[in-house]
Amino acid sequence: MEHKHIISVLVLHRPGVLQRISGLFTRRWFNISSITVGSTENPEIARMTIVVNGDDNVLEQVIKQLNKLVEVVKVTDLNSSKSVQRELCLVKVYAPTEDSKSQVIQYVNIFRGKIIDLSTETLTVEITGDEQKVNAFLDLVRPMGIKEIARTGLTALMRGSKILKSNKA
Amino acid sequence: MKGAEAMMKALKAENVKVLFGYPGGQLLPFYDALYHTDFVHILTRHEQAAAHAADGYARASGDVGVCVATSGPGATNLVTGVATAHADSSPVVALTGQVPTRLIGNDAFQEIDALGIFMQITKHNFQIQDTSEIPKIFRKAFEIAKTGRPGAVHIDLPKDVQDSELDLEKYPIPADINLQGYKPTTFGHPLQIKKAVEIIQNSKRPVIIAGGGVQIANASLELIKLSEFVKIPVCTTLMGKGAFPEEHPLALGLVGMHGTKASNYSVYESDVLIAIGCRFSDRITGDLSSFAPHAKIIHIDIDPAEIGKNVRVDIPIVGDAKAILKDILTHILKKQPINKNEWMENVKKLQKESLPIMDFDNKPVKPQRLIKEMMLALRELDPSLKNTIITTDVGQNQMWMAHYFQSSAPKSFISSGGQGTMGFGFPSAIGAKIARPDASVISVTGDGGFLMNSQELATISEYQIPIVIAIFDNRTLGMVYQWQNLYYGKRQCAVHLGNTPDFVKLAESYGVDALRIESPEDIKESFKTALKSGKPYLLDIIIDPTEALHMVPPGGTMTNILFPERQEPTPKPTCFNDMKKILNLKV
Ligand SMILES: Cc1ncc(C[n+]2csc(CCOP(=O)(O)OP(=O)(O)O)c2C)c(N)n1
Repeated sequence: MEHKHIISVLVLHRPGVLQRISGLFTRRWFNISSITVGSTENPEIARMTIVVNGDDNVLEQVIKQLNKLVEVVKVTDLNSSKSVQRELCLVKVYAPTEDSKSQVIQYVNIFRGKIIDLSTETLTVEITGDEQKVNAFLDLVRPMGIKEIARTGLTALMRGSKILKSNKA
Repeated sequence: MKGAEAMMKALKAENVKVLFGYPGGQLLPFYDALYHTDFVHILTRHEQAAAHAADGYARASGDVGVCVATSGPGATNLVTGVATAHADSSPVVALTGQVPTRLIGNDAFQEIDALGIFMQITKHNFQIQDTSEIPKIFRKAFEIAKTGRPGAVHIDLPKDVQDSELDLEKYPIPADINLQGYKPTTFGHPLQIKKAVEIIQNSKRPVIIAGGGVQIANASLELIKLSEFVKIPVCTTLMGKGAFPEEHPLALGLVGMHGTKASNYSVYESDVLIAIGCRFSDRITGDLSSFAPHAKIIHIDIDPAEIGKNVRVDIPIVGDAKAILKDILTHILKKQPINKNEWMENVKKLQKESLPIMDFDNKPVKPQRLIKEMMLALRELDPSLKNTIITTDVGQNQMWMAHYFQSSAPKSFISSGGQGTMGFGFPSAIGAKIARPDASVISVTGDGGFLMNSQELATISEYQIPIVIAIFDNRTLGMVYQWQNLYYGKRQCAVHLGNTPDFVKLAESYGVDALRIESPEDIKESFKTALKSGKPYLLDIIIDPTEALHMVPPGGTMTNILFPERQEPTPKPTCFNDMKKILNLKV
């Protein structure tokens, strides 16, 4: 069955690694829905969070093929129940009147977002959360008119005190 | 010292003895440093041939083969050869020149993104951006190429990196290298091995498929032991050919699309299938739902990603084939295998039904007869064929050889499997001969494939490399024309080579001795003459172009073997072959 899988990948923090990984996905026809990259507590290591769609066989191949890359240090399937997930979304909402502005501000408060920019016609909102929360917020403001959206894609960590450590080192 | 000198030191430290290459502007420091060394450098006449030669060297010896090409067009010419080596898990290190670092990214003369191009066709690749990285990167490259599942590794060498000074005392060549993120598994999991032993022990109709991994792991002896003790017949993939002696009573021959009846039926009927170092390519399995439908499958492979990729597996064992077979043997040898008389009868019957008919007297010569006579000649000089290496090209010549030629020694049958690269056969024979100068090396090739790298006649002539080129000359792109006949209503499009050169004259113009053979009676003596000459030799053997290969249609069930009727090449090419048509284009 098709599923959304969240995979956490620790890689050596070197130029070209992202190209290697995205090339692998293209070549093998794996379906990425988002990919985020950033540094970690260890300056040598970067973390990628990759969201892939596919059945369990696809997931198994994705993990095995990623593991074959020399610069990949650790690959884990973050089963959603055991992980915390966040996405950052910036959205510019059309709000030309005082009424509409206060409406947006109300929504933002409920969703614990932030107003980070303002113009006579628009409000720019920062909202973080899992995908559903972000989607729910966007659904609320959509009728008012969304001018622009920027989303980062999911990033995630395992819940609790467990951490990912290289099993190959 | 200069970076390029450090590179020579690094190559020496890896025990490299031979380089196959072609120089160019961005490699001037490299070649100047080479001048001061005692490496054997074979100047091929095309970079693709350098890569294939390095690949042939690696496959025949088990050591890393090294090829070198300059930046831009040199690097791109290398691509086919490197991809070919990598697809068949052959350890090749490819070095390319690159424009100086300050020009990278500026579309400089002969600049190309070699790092990007080679990334997807190698196990790993590097660009050396600072001279101080040379010792480490060379060490890493060779380590990655030859360990775990071997493969191709590429290093891009900007010219200024070759030219700048390096203090080797400060940046020594590391003896051991810890590659975080790269730890291949060697030993099989004991629990899995126990499970496998039990299943093998209790099997009634077991079969082994031996792949290239058996050759790479040098596991032939263990394979033979297991097969003989438990009584398991063995079929091989194209890459595994030679890993199990084909004159052995338990040998079934090639498996898959062009496989023997014995192999394909045994796999179909098996209750336990042991696949060793084979990746279950579509050429082996055909339709997956009818592949070994009754069998428990044990898959032994050093690359975990191969397990479960194409075929469902019951017992996966990750690790080196030799180590795992040894472990299995220690357990199994203690037990009494169950009686397999019935299975052995069945296997014998299938083997009998697969016996090839090779005694054709026809003219033009039938390929079966050609191969028979060739083996007779070889056996007169080398009775066990243990000191004979065959390389093939791609097409019917390759499949005929895979099917009819009996290989008996590991690493003695070299062929492009994963990529099926035409032009591979002849240059890879050059590499094989240099790796094993004592062996008789024969390059079997089609006329089409030979023309793809025939310029290497200059190389074998220049260095007097005594290999025998045997052209299976049918004046057509035989394999493609057969497929067109079978699946495209006999519409033969663009498969007639028409005016092929006179190969004898071509060879002679390069200073290579050559003979044309037209009758079956002349084959044996001609091969003996060529082999005994101790010189490079070309045999142009005119064969029957109507002969077709038996095969299983792509995606079909492996027991539905098709024996296509002979098919004349259309007397007149069906596609255009006429300058007049070009003149009428009025572009
Ligand atoms: C580089 C390359 N181009 C095209 C092909 C497709 N192809 C496979 S077999 C074949 C025909 C080979 O003809 P020839 O070399 O004369 O050998 P034969 O089949 O007649 O033995 C072709 C064109 C290939 N495998 N490799």
